[in-house]
Amino acid sequence: MLVAIVSGFVLSLFAPWLTRFLGRWAGWVFSLLPLLITLYFARFIPSVFGGDTFRTTEPWIPSLGIQLSFYLDDLSLVFTLLIAGIGALILIYSGGYLKGHALLGRFYAYLLSFMASMLGLVLADHVVTLFVFWELTSFTSYLLIGFDHKREEARRAALQALLVTGVGGLALLAGLLVMGIAGGGFELSALLEKGEVLKGHPLYLVILLLVLIGAFTKSAQFPFHFWLPNAMVAPTPVSAYLHSSTMVKAGIYLLARLFPVLGGTPEWQGALVAVGCITLVTSTLLMLRRTEFKPILAYTTIGVLAFLTVLLGWGTDTALKAAAILLVAHALYKGALFLVAGAIDRGTGEKDTEQVGGLFKPMPLTAACGVLAAFSMMGLPPFLGFMAKELLYESLWEWGPHALLLKTIFLFSGMGMVLAAWVCGIRPFLGREGRTLAHPHEAPSLWVGPLVLSVEGAALAFIMSPTGAWHGFTPPLAAGVTAIAGGLGLTCVRQAVRRLLNGFAFLYRLGPESWYDMKLRLLDGFASFQTRILQSGYLRRYLIFTLATLLVSVGYYLWVRNIVYWPDVFSGASLYEAGLSAIIVSAAIFAVGTGSRFGAVTSLGVVGYGVALLFLHLGAPDIAMTQMVVDAISVILFILVLYHLPRYRLSSSHGTRVRDGLLSLGVGGLVTLLVAIATRFPLDQTLTSFFARESLPAAHGRNVVNVIIVDFRGFDTLGEITVLVIAGLGIFGMLKLRLLGRGEGDASRSEASAQEDT
Amino acid sequence: MLIVRTVERWLRPILLLVSVYLLSGGHQSPGGGFVGGLVAAVPFALHALVYNAPSARRLLRTDPHFLMALGLFCAMWSGFTGVFLGAPYLTGKWVEWELPLLGHVDMGTPVIFDIGVYFAVMGVTLMIILSLAEEE
Repeated sequence: MLVAIVSGFVLSLFAPWLTRFLGRWAGWVFSLLPLLITLYFARFIPSVFGGDTFRTTEPWIPSLGIQLSFYLDDLSLVFTLLIAGIGALILIYSGGYLKGHALLGRFYAYLLSFMASMLGLVLADHVVTLFVFWELTSFTSYLLIGFDHKREEARRAALQALLVTGVGGLALLAGLLVMGIAGGGFELSALLEKGEVLKGHPLYLVILLLVLIGAFTKSAQFPFHFWLPNAMVAPTPVSAYLHSSTMVKAGIYLLARLFPVLGGTPEWQGALVAVGCITLVTSTLLMLRRTEFKPILAYTTIGVLAFLTVLLGWGTDTALKAAAILLVAHALYKGALFLVAGAIDRGTGEKDTEQVGGLFKPMPLTAACGVLAAFSMMGLPPFLGFMAKELLYESLWEWGPHALLLKTIFLFSGMGMVLAAWVCGIRPFLGREGRTLAHPHEAPSLWVGPLVLSVEGAALAFIMSPTGAWHGFTPPLAAGVTAIAGGLGLTCVRQAVRRLLNGFAFLYRLGPESWYDMKLRLLDGFASFQTRILQSGYLRRYLIFTLATLLVSVGYYLWVRNIVYWPDVFSGASLYEAGLSAIIVSAAIFAVGTGSRFGAVTSLGVVGYGVALLFLHLGAPDIAMTQMVVDAISVILFILVLYHLPRYRLSSSHGTRVRDGLLSLGVGGLVTLLVAIATRFPLDQTLTSFFARESLPAAHGRNVVNVIIVDFRGFDTLGEITVLVIAGLGIFGMLKLRLLGRGEGDASRSEASAQEDT
Repeated sequence: MLIVRTVERWLRPILLLVSVYLLSGGHQSPGGGFVGGLVAAVPFALHALVYNAPSARRLLRTDPHFLMALGLFCAMWSGFTGVFLGAPYLTGKWVEWELPLLGHVDMGTPVIFDIGVYFAVMGVTLMIILSLAEEE
């Protein structure tokens, strides 16, 4: 299982090069990997649906007890097959959809790593593994939504999706950890048996709330639904794959996975049913306003996710069965419809459902896919959609007679779905040919995917129940027929409905998306406020903040612990050391008092070389040498900077100088005191002797200092040079930006920050 | 100025040699990649002072950015040798050869790591100095 997941990431690393090499066959070749994964997991079908489960574990972070463990049961198997199977088709489709795009290789890389993350998410057993893959899907989704990164709209939508799902992810992490602590284990497979313990736990409500926030943000439930329609700026294969078939179902997957652990309580039922119903009504109303393919499909996706939420909330056997079938059916038909919409967009250059028509003749295969998928979406037999819809209404009837409101909502949303299926999957192919931008035509890679998906919708239904799930004439069937009739009726009056709803347009501006924008603005405002306070751009103010913090925090601690005393620094110093110290101190005093910059730099050089001599005297030639070279380079830097400074003059007031002087004396005294305290105790020699002993035999070096730097503490050094390089790039950026920005308003500000680096 | 220019020209190879000496000997005697990289930056910095920054860049023949990236690259990848041999990241791995002329050669991944430090330090130092020298 680990190989199946990791292989996607590995292939995605090489995808850009391979794409250049394979040319237009890249999509077909890449699709072999998900195909193989599908076949690999298909072998498990008989045993897993027979009740077996499989578990693999690899050590990952043993020190924290976190394992890379994966768990395969019926739920994860269904998702795995959907992800890998649809993934293969999407890869083929992308080759045709983005034919000739300069960044196609990168697109494949993103798609493959998304697929691998999604597989990891549904197979993960340890909650930390689950969370890591959860975040990876958000991240790859960000990259894919923002694929067209030159469009502001795409960047905004990508960031919005990332922030909304990211916040949810954090809540989820907290929820999962609390759940793990309360349940006494972090493996989901183990927690599945702890349902009773957790439901009675005092923290149950906290866990539930946090987990639900995670699930609702990912699956675009009210009030977090707004990111999904905006994410439609992504290329159509992405909308089909991430934002209808798989990623948005991750929240549903989580709810289904945790149903045995957290589900079935009145709180669970209330929250899920309520949120699901609100989302259903909202998404249907919002959908009715739109005329473009992708937003309509996006809002119906939200609607189906809401159906699933309600079903999981209700949680009877019929409801769970309905949820499972609806999930698969939706992944197939909605994926197909998105791909059809993309093919129409490619073929005609048209994104609006009202502008196209009569496409059956030029695009017969696409038309076939569209019609089949639409039939499944409407819930016509013999498609999987019919089975799903039957079970959906059947579980609704279990609710009893009180569920009138619920039935109304379901019927209303059902009609909306039928309307959407008609408008997106059937109408474009009927009637007279519309005036389109391009001449409509077919391309093989563009019809393979949707065709497989929509045929599968019928085939699966046949395999599962050869009679086509015919239940006879029951109330649920009547409800289904009503929904279809009502939906088709709605299509006739859709213009009038749209006009009516647009009359309430002012309401949409008050929706959750405006809360999101307001929060971002508040955050920006707060950030610039505190930046103005803390990051003034004046070097001396930074120094004052840093040093005062050091002095107050450390000094306070020492004072409270009563270890402030006058250190005995003079005893035991040799004449040589005393002489050097005198030179260093007098040079420092001269540097403070002198009126010439050059004099100050020179006397600082004296301080540096004096310290270097002290190092040499104390037996640290390495450090002495480095100190000397650093001093030499500092002089060069100073000369470069001094050249740019205006003439020296005393500009600070007397009070400022007294304040700065006191602060300097305080910090100097504090450091002296710390050194005195540190040397008062005998040094722990364990490490010293270890390094001295092991340096030659274990690390092949006689110079212990260097061996520590590059070998024993190599990881630290790697971090240090990374920071060094980042700091260097920052300085470069500031200097060069300042050159570009010269003459603009903030020139003086950046001048101040440029000085600060030196 | 003539004196400075002459000295600079003669100092350049010597400083570079010293830096290589510090780097290569760093494991056995005082020295190492950090101080070596600093010393290696000095001749170019001096050149920028005596002549100008574009001339120093020509002398360097490559961009300081490249040196920085090269340094990080060497340091990062030296650690993977250990991983491929089944040890934790950054575990030192050594080979010893008896070569003609050079005698006993002791080569290991920490040496490559040190070379990475050398280039990273040299690159960063030069980038700061040359960028500053290019002001105006």
